[in-house]
Amino acid sequence: MSESGGKMKETERIVQQGGPGRGPMGGMVGQKADNFRASARRLLSLLRPARGRAVAVVLLGIASVASVAVGPWLLGKATDAVFNGFIARQLPAGSSKTDAVAGAEARGDSQYADFLRGLDIIPGQGVDFGKVGQLLLLTLLIYVGGQVLGWLQGYFINDVVQETVRQMRSDVEDKVHRLPLSYFDKQPRGELLSRVTNDIDNVAQNLQQTMSQLLTSLLMVVGVLGMMFWISPLLALIALVSVPIAMFASGRIMKRSQSQFINQWRQTGKLNGQVEEAISGHALVSVFGRRESVEAGFDEANEALFQSSFRAQFISGLVMPVMMLVGNINYVVIAVVGGLRVTSGSMSIGDVQAFIQYSRMFSQPITQIASMANLLQSGVASAERVFELLDAEEEIDASVVTTVDAARASDAVREDTRGEVAFEDVSFSYDPDEPLIEDLSLVAHPGQMVAIVGPTGAGKTTLVNLIMRFYELNAGRITLDGTDITDLSRAELRSRIGMVLQDTWLFEGTIRDNIAYGRPDATEDDIRAAAMATYVDRFVHSLPDGYDTRVDDEGSNLSAGERQLITIARAFLAQPALLILDEATSSVDTRTEQLLQHAMAALRTDRTSFVIAHRLSTIRDADLILVMENGRIVEQGSHAELLEADGPFARLHAAQFAAAAV
Amino acid sequence: MLPRLLRTYLSPYKGWLSAIVLLQFTATAAMLYLPSLNADIIDKGVAQGDTGYVVRIGAVMLGVSLVQAACSMSSAWFGGQAAMAFGRDLRKAVFARVGGFSAREVSTFGAPSLITRATNDVQQVQMLAMMVCLMGVMIPIMMVGGIIMAMREDLGLSWLVFAVVPVLFICIGFVVSRMVPAFQTVQARIDDVNRILREQITGIRVVRAFVREPQETARFARANDDLTEVSIRAGRWMALMFPLVMGVTNVAMVGVIWFGGHRVDNGQMEVGALTAFLSYLMQILMSVMMGTFMLMMIPRASVSAIRIAEVLDTDSSVVPAADPITSVDVAGHLDVEGVGLTYPGAEAPVLREVSFSARPGQTIALIGSTGAGKTTLVNLIPRLLDATEGVVRVDGVDVRDLDPELLWSKIGLVPQRAFLFSGTVATNLRYGREDATDDELWEALEIAQAADFVREMPDRLDTAVAQGGTTVSGGQRQRLAIARALVRRPEIYLFDDAFSALDVATDARLRAALEPVTRDATVVIVGQRIATIRDADLILVLEDGEVVGRGTHDELMRDDPTYQEIAASQGITSEEAVA
Repeated sequence: MSESGGKMKETERIVQQGGPGRGPMGGMVGQKADNFRASARRLLSLLRPARGRAVAVVLLGIASVASVAVGPWLLGKATDAVFNGFIARQLPAGSSKTDAVAGAEARGDSQYADFLRGLDIIPGQGVDFGKVGQLLLLTLLIYVGGQVLGWLQGYFINDVVQETVRQMRSDVEDKVHRLPLSYFDKQPRGELLSRVTNDIDNVAQNLQQTMSQLLTSLLMVVGVLGMMFWISPLLALIALVSVPIAMFASGRIMKRSQSQFINQWRQTGKLNGQVEEAISGHALVSVFGRRESVEAGFDEANEALFQSSFRAQFISGLVMPVMMLVGNINYVVIAVVGGLRVTSGSMSIGDVQAFIQYSRMFSQPITQIASMANLLQSGVASAERVFELLDAEEEIDASVVTTVDAARASDAVREDTRGEVAFEDVSFSYDPDEPLIEDLSLVAHPGQMVAIVGPTGAGKTTLVNLIMRFYELNAGRITLDGTDITDLSRAELRSRIGMVLQDTWLFEGTIRDNIAYGRPDATEDDIRAAAMATYVDRFVHSLPDGYDTRVDDEGSNLSAGERQLITIARAFLAQPALLILDEATSSVDTRTEQLLQHAMAALRTDRTSFVIAHRLSTIRDADLILVMENGRIVEQGSHAELLEADGPFARLHAAQFAAAAV
Repeated sequence: MLPRLLRTYLSPYKGWLSAIVLLQFTATAAMLYLPSLNADIIDKGVAQGDTGYVVRIGAVMLGVSLVQAACSMSSAWFGGQAAMAFGRDLRKAVFARVGGFSAREVSTFGAPSLITRATNDVQQVQMLAMMVCLMGVMIPIMMVGGIIMAMREDLGLSWLVFAVVPVLFICIGFVVSRMVPAFQTVQARIDDVNRILREQITGIRVVRAFVREPQETARFARANDDLTEVSIRAGRWMALMFPLVMGVTNVAMVGVIWFGGHRVDNGQMEVGALTAFLSYLMQILMSVMMGTFMLMMIPRASVSAIRIAEVLDTDSSVVPAADPITSVDVAGHLDVEGVGLTYPGAEAPVLREVSFSARPGQTIALIGSTGAGKTTLVNLIPRLLDATEGVVRVDGVDVRDLDPELLWSKIGLVPQRAFLFSGTVATNLRYGREDATDDELWEALEIAQAADFVREMPDRLDTAVAQGGTTVSGGQRQRLAIARALVRRPEIYLFDDAFSALDVATDARLRAALEPVTRDATVVIVGQRIATIRDADLILVLEDGEVVGRGTHDELMRDDPTYQEIAASQGITSEEAVA
């Protein structure tokens, strides 16, 4: 089974589909915007570049709805012509309409006389197909024309919406590169990812639906209503009575079903959570003897889901029948009242037929408008969250790095950077209330290896992050070859530094692309050389596709150690003047561990390097060891000096080798 | 697969299904009756000027409408019941099946895949069941009924129905056949765009460190353009759909009046029948449209059904004994005798000829590189897997003959990937023994070197833990997992690489604290660090599923080159060990 490739994607799909409950209308249900008006206005303003087409869309909408609205009336006229011919044929030929009416009255059938009086007939003559043909041709043209216009409208809306959403995505991506790292630290990752993915998708979907349907529905209601009043104000009033009833009924039902859908979504989330947990912790569930209780919990949640989803489905399933009932009652009333009016001669049969069609055309857009309210609410709420991201405060002097900048910066690297790094009274904290690094000073001379040791949370990673200028200092300064790093552009600074992080981030692409990440212009030979030097070449040869092997999302086709080696090769290829290495703590088997250390050593040669070390055995050769505790350097010196000093480092060393010394 | 699942899991609800068919039939019949009544109003009432008749038939129509509404509503009730119960039962069946899987089946499917199958895939099929229950029953009735009624109104005009229905079907089919693949591409492209954004955000440090912003932006712009391009294409097909359907319908309506007009003129048809015919044609076309949309759902649900059936058709490779042994005389005896494991179809065995014995108070350590078979060997003991050769005995009994509950009650497992369940610290610790007191929990936490950080948590033992334990750090999670096993006070501890996420000092303290607790228990440790395992009574060095070295630390340091190599990589040389 070739499942491994898509594992990550599958879990994500759960988050997307099973997660924020997709309601029956396709939007995310149950979310509300904090500031609906402002956000909605801003969302609309995004359409500004497509102003011309937006106007065209409205005009096309009006034209298409108008022609669709006129159609039934014309069709009714044609039916009238047929009906008239039908009635006329039954009357004696040669006589006039007045004779026929008089004849009927003479029989005492005044009702029939009224009926005839209302008809446009020539007794004895059958259906006037010339007239019917003309009417039908006109109807056909108007209908077809209206649909073509409607199609054009949809076509433009689609283009406008897709381009707007593309712009929105592009703005968001741009923004990601301008935000300070602290923003990413503060936001829960899932939340942020959901904003840039699910929320934008939701906006796209809702924008399309609301733009095409809301406009058409509103126009349709107006157009149809106009036609109805024009044909028969009385019947129109009767039909209008059903509008509030329909609105009220569907509104009530939808509101209830809405809350049931939210409930169903919650239950689904709960159940999915349980399933996920039971399967992810499969071994534990068995060995800790919890299978029964897990199954009982599942049954309970499954039953609850059944109940809530049944209720949601049932209630939402009522909308159709109820609307149909209202429509049917309308239909009956129109048929009866219309029938009576036809017999009394004050209305034609075709008008009644047209009216029945209108009343059918009328209820659908009303239901749509009612459901649109929720959709709009959810779309604007999503847009609002995207806007929040777009409005977040940017990095100090954030500038979009252009390709030119990056190229210039990497040229600068090839000039001599000596690689002297100095911290001068540096203070930094992520949170003003919790000082982390205070008044820290140190100097790393060119070519030196500086090792940083200390317990978790001591500030080791923070220290190296400051060199990369991932964060801004609170006080003091950091210099590279005597230049304050804030006087360099971030691109210039970072191009000089190579970094191997603990978190072995690789992107989905080939191994070759991943190695070349730090130097897009690298030749195949450069890549091979880097791979050789860092032992990547060895294992790549054993892979079926060699350097073309794709690294998937979770990198499950590569071991943790292999991933780490690739990140080292990546840094190696970039040929930085300064190196930052964060040793992996993850469990890598010993052979690979050895390779890793050799690779890191190769990388360090002739470069100033900062190494965050977790195993003291690896830093014996360090020129300078910094021992950090609570953001301060509590001790510094060479391995031998520190052991001699019998301070914190010696204690750490003793603890680590305690076992070895038994 | 889809029909099979529907048949199997809907069959308990046959009664409801019959009710749905009956109700839908009545509802549809009522709906089809309305235009016919309206025709009567026109032909017998209006044309004859009989107002009384008009009102009478009007009342009948009203009654028919009410019947129709009542039937539709009740069928929504039964449909909801049947479809949702179907989903519930199917979900339960999948879940129960997965629960009985061994580690082997879980790893062949992959946990995420199993989760998707038990949740999303079931939901897909359930949605289809819902559609089948409601529309699937109604559409054929409406279509056939509509055609019959239309033919009854006027046989001579019915050729129009047979002309228009295929045209509409072809039109919709054409657009759908273009639109569906386009939308599938859209989904794939959305995944691409989202993947790139996700990569950029998770790898933000690397992107910045390597000054790759311009290339990343370009990469994103490409994906974004691709998405927009295909979205526009899909959207254009979609925009064509409704006007096309309406256009066909409109042309058909005009056709009915034109041809019907001639028949009326010839006296072959009444005007009311013409109006009724129009209504029937509309209803037929409507049902064709809905039917086409329903057919569109089938491919997607079929894929899900196949994935579900794969799970349901997979048998667990670990089958509980038919007549299990439920009590044993000794405790903490572990004997692994000539155990081997070869996956069916695999060329090389995962484990070969592994033997060792352990008694209470003894510690057995396993060391070796990734893929050497350490975790597999550990999994054989609680029978998460079964060996294909040899026997694993716990307390003298082949684990395959033991009652699983009894076997598991003897074992405390700390898996390689520390996994915490959602709940609180306390519920996690009590996972293996629900009646443990708070004092016992604290005791376990002290030993696991976890008491300090738990004490600093906002609600201490009652602090909430997110699913998977993502709210605590990796090292803390590992220590909580160790404490969880300790609370259980098992006879056999299995520590599968449980110490590697800890820093060296914590590791040392933890092992020292563990010593008195495990004095009467049997311990199996999988380790990476020599320091972690050096005090074991027996160390097995595994390579490619085989034991290449066995002995105590000192013996191995002296004799075993593989072990020496491992030690050397961790800065431990034989001289140092001797010193």
